[in-house]
Amino acid sequence: MAAVLQTFALNMHFGGIAATQDVSFRLERGARHALIGPNGAGKTTLINLLTGVLAPSGGRIELDGSDITGLAPHQRVRHGLVRTFQINQLFAELTPLQSVALAACERLRLGARWWQAVGRHRAVVEHSAGILERLRLADVMNKKTALLPYGKRRLLEIAIAIASEPKVLLLDEPVAGVPEGERQEILDTLAALPADVTVLLIEHDMDLVFSFANRISVLVNGALYAEGTNEEVARDERVRAVYLGEASHG
Amino acid sequence: MITPPNHSAIIEAVAASFTHATRWRALEAAFWLLPLAAVLVFPRHYLLLNEIAILGLFALSLDLVLGYAGIVSLGHAALFGFGAYGAALFAKHIHADPLLGLAVAIAAAAALGLVTSVLVLRGSDLTRLMVTLGISLILYEIANQLRWLTGGADGLQGVVMKPLLGAFEFDLSGRTAYLYSLVVLFASFLVARRVVHAPFGLSLQALRDNRLRASAVGVPVNFRLTAIYTLAAAMAGAAGALLAQTTGFASLDVLAFHRSAEVLLVLVIGGAGYLYGGLIGAALFALMHDRISALTPQYWQFWIGLILVLIVLIGRERLVRPWTWIAAARAAQRTARTR
Repeated sequence: MAAVLQTFALNMHFGGIAATQDVSFRLERGARHALIGPNGAGKTTLINLLTGVLAPSGGRIELDGSDITGLAPHQRVRHGLVRTFQINQLFAELTPLQSVALAACERLRLGARWWQAVGRHRAVVEHSAGILERLRLADVMNKKTALLPYGKRRLLEIAIAIASEPKVLLLDEPVAGVPEGERQEILDTLAALPADVTVLLIEHDMDLVFSFANRISVLVNGALYAEGTNEEVARDERVRAVYLGEASHG
Repeated sequence: MITPPNHSAIIEAVAASFTHATRWRALEAAFWLLPLAAVLVFPRHYLLLNEIAILGLFALSLDLVLGYAGIVSLGHAALFGFGAYGAALFAKHIHADPLLGLAVAIAAAAALGLVTSVLVLRGSDLTRLMVTLGISLILYEIANQLRWLTGGADGLQGVVMKPLLGAFEFDLSGRTAYLYSLVVLFASFLVARRVVHAPFGLSLQALRDNRLRASAVGVPVNFRLTAIYTLAAAMAGAAGALLAQTTGFASLDVLAFHRSAEVLLVLVIGGAGYLYGGLIGAALFALMHDRISALTPQYWQFWIGLILVLIVLIGRERLVRPWTWIAAARAAQRTARTR
């Protein structure tokens, strides 16, 4: 299978600390790939490098075979690389409808249009309606985001990303902090993602990792420590020692 | 990738909420009848009305920048003053047609906005306050030094405008001036209203709320900020041009710090982020100024200061809608009792 997202010897140093060390990593098209690792392993740093929030100290990132290392975050989104955030990054004063419509407008390259109202673009209306319905946000679509319950805000976090129609979706701990009763909504949403969307899941929750992903990479101290299918990683003695063992204790 | 929903109900609901957001309300139409009614009710107060229209346009410009895009500014007078001097100089040295002069002033102020936006994009709110303040101070001193061009501290005298559209003289009562300013204000308002409801305006509000996420959905943040800052600069320049043209005078006062502070005050009084705040604030501010300074000419700023403190401490929402405050207090009491 072809790699859709690939890194070559990616490095990131914060002063003397190496947060990312020589990470060369391949994401196959259509993959359900999980990235795991103990706290402080550099998972979020790696996401920030991939999405352009941070500029790497060294190395290269390719999306669909073209070098995106020098591209700004919004340009990477336009190439189809989209993320969600571990801590909700939402538009507090906007409604879910406006938030999703914004992503739809940018996806359809209408974002700079300044004359016709958002609602006059039929494609935006239909696209937004579809997303709101799929993510069960239709009933709260006109409420201010700041006033929504946490579970709904977590869904909106994902809805905005999906509205960007990603080729590659990076999910940074999508169920973090979500109460048990509202988890299923998010899991269903993730399970229903179209097969041609490549997903990289960063997660602590091993149940979710093993049920969602079919391939797992383990990051330890900023470096790739192991990679393989779920079974291979689960059997790997070293991984059990540094990570799974630790998880079962903690 | 998106499968359209089977039932069109949700599409209709979405379309309806967008239409609802952009539809002209009866209250808005009523609002715009007020300045026209003022012509009949206060025919001897055209000068004050003209002042309100100009201040309202200036505040509308700041609202686009601050209320929608979230860029704080303590130097908005730089753009206003640039437009004022531009219009006055153009009328004096090149052509005295008001509309032509207005167009030139708008272009000049927009160019200044475009150039200075590079500086305004950077850093935190505090940086922006200092940068905008700094730019206005620099322009003030430049205007002060270029005596041969601007008249320095004496101001630029003898700006005489030709009749508007070749037909309407700028009379002493200020009638033509007021109606001219009002039409420019309304036209600018229509543009602003269009812009904030368009995808561009939506992206501004998004990056105001969360720049990180806005760029993560593909919004080119700096580009959009430059665009709105330039548009707002054009409107501030138009306001300055109206002042110079209708008073026949431009002085250093148009670039002074108090003008930047005043327009911020106007927007705080009226409320930012819904377009009408600047207009309502301008009317309230000018009327307060007029009334209070008639009572206590020297101390009117005392009252303005007191009102400002009250608005910020109590919150506009509670001042304008005291019933929501009372209802919230009752609800809090109720929960306290049940506990």
